[in-house]
Amino acid sequence: MEKMKRTFTYTFLSVVSLVSIFPFLWMIISATNKSVDVTKGKLTIGTQLLNNFKKLTETIDLGTAFWNSAQISIITTVLALLVGSLAGYGFEVYRSRARDAVFNILLMSMMIPFAALMVPLFKMFASIANSFPSLGINTLPAVILPTFTTAFLIFFFRQSTKMFPRELLEAGRIDGLRELGLFFRIYMPTMKTTYAAAGIITFMSSWNSYLWPLIVLQSPDKKTIPLLISNLGSSYSPDYGVIMTAVVISTIPTALVFFLMQKHFVAGMTGSVK
Amino acid sequence: MKTAKPSIYAFNRNRLTGWWFIAIAVIMIAAFYFYPMVQALLMSFKTGKGANLHYTGLDNYQRLFSDKTFLTAVKNTFIYLIIQVPIMIILAIFISVLLNDSKLKFKGFFRTAIFLPCVTSLVAYSIVFKYLFGVDGIINMMLTKLHLITEPIQWITDPFWAKVTIIIAITWRWTGYNMIFYLSALQNIDSSIYEAARIDGASSVRQFFGITIPLLKPIILFTSITSTIGTLQLFDEIVNITKGGPGNATMSISQYIYNLSFKYSPDFGYAATVSYSIVIMIVILSIVQFKAAGDK
Repeated sequence: MEKMKRTFTYTFLSVVSLVSIFPFLWMIISATNKSVDVTKGKLTIGTQLLNNFKKLTETIDLGTAFWNSAQISIITTVLALLVGSLAGYGFEVYRSRARDAVFNILLMSMMIPFAALMVPLFKMFASIANSFPSLGINTLPAVILPTFTTAFLIFFFRQSTKMFPRELLEAGRIDGLRELGLFFRIYMPTMKTTYAAAGIITFMSSWNSYLWPLIVLQSPDKKTIPLLISNLGSSYSPDYGVIMTAVVISTIPTALVFFLMQKHFVAGMTGSVK
Repeated sequence: MKTAKPSIYAFNRNRLTGWWFIAIAVIMIAAFYFYPMVQALLMSFKTGKGANLHYTGLDNYQRLFSDKTFLTAVKNTFIYLIIQVPIMIILAIFISVLLNDSKLKFKGFFRTAIFLPCVTSLVAYSIVFKYLFGVDGIINMMLTKLHLITEPIQWITDPFWAKVTIIIAITWRWTGYNMIFYLSALQNIDSSIYEAARIDGASSVRQFFGITIPLLKPIILFTSITSTIGTLQLFDEIVNITKGGPGNATMSISQYIYNLSFKYSPDFGYAATVSYSIVIMIVILSIVQFKAAGDK
């Protein structure tokens, strides 16, 4: 009985792992093969990676898209962490009845579907463009501004702040630090894991976001990676090798962030669920 | 005596400083969530093409009930919701319980492998799935070789199979994500509870339903609400795997709103009305889920 259970556990987990990994393997293998070989179902590493990459950079402006995506996700992540943690800390450390009420109202924004916001936001940035062209439609700030503050991150930081040792703040006050100084000099360094987990989540969702950039970025030189890939994928005579090369390249930054910070991520998530 | 003084100071500090810390976040969420939300509500009572809008009362809301595309989109979304969310949550709980076994080898490998789909962008994995599940794609090839099918399945172009493809795709992408929440919750459960149950002779099935499920209830509630909200907003996968087709067989509500606003000749008023139908559904379903979790 015990042995049967073991066998079942390992078989089941192996199958699930294989199913989870297979699309990655297929995408990497396909990126190294010619389109014809991909359609034939070739499942071995080929020699066409550089060729596919060359063809890709000839057909689309991958560099610009990569740079746009990088700017958007890095700035979004920095702003999101700063604003989200300031608020989460503020709500928890300076608790008051009025602020708790505000917190509950902010949480309600988590239930607002983006589909309900996209038209008014589009109109808002279209009218901003009339007086401030550098912030309106078709600019990177228009992608960043409405997305970097999320109730989820505020909630996440508030939950984690519950575990933060308050004595450190008292000690800092005695040392003569001001309230903002306490936050930057004591809270931030202590909560590194929480910042890491929040940073991974924010960076990934920003790098991968599709619908809002699709609406707000229209000129070709402003496109982000997901927009480019979506275009490639909808072509009528797809070159599978080339498209999969693009898909692999688009996945590298998020995969890298995840693997480099995996430990902090799991620790940070655990801290917030507790 | 000693404690009274600092607490008064703390109180004074609280009153003003606290607002400074939360100010930016409150302003940003008011400006980019609540203000547009009110705008959308006002817009939902207006009709007209492009910028030429005028109030027509509840006309748009009446139009919803006779709009075949809208009703199809709602039906599709609910099919995804009712079938996909339970499958994913049960699978995620089951995997996390297996992974939580302290004697399990290769735990790190399994966990990373199963979480891996979450690092892909929705667009990227959708395109991979579109090709994997093509008529002459690798999935059909493998099924044919294993003699499970004799004719290739029309994964993308048949109305029934297209929905199945979407459900498989979403489950692949999000199971590992939900698993992480269960796994961290399970790690916080005191193992002595299980030991006591074992001594009392409770089988592992009984332990699962008697201990694990009740203790995971808050996380189950959290993941089912977030998954429900996510499914009601489904967009990236549909657009990039099936484009909503064949016909409108896989179209989601979000895609319909996008089409109404940016693809067809823009009908912002009616699009806002359709988007409020999602708001209403999210509120109702969240209340139902809270009630269901509270009663048991």
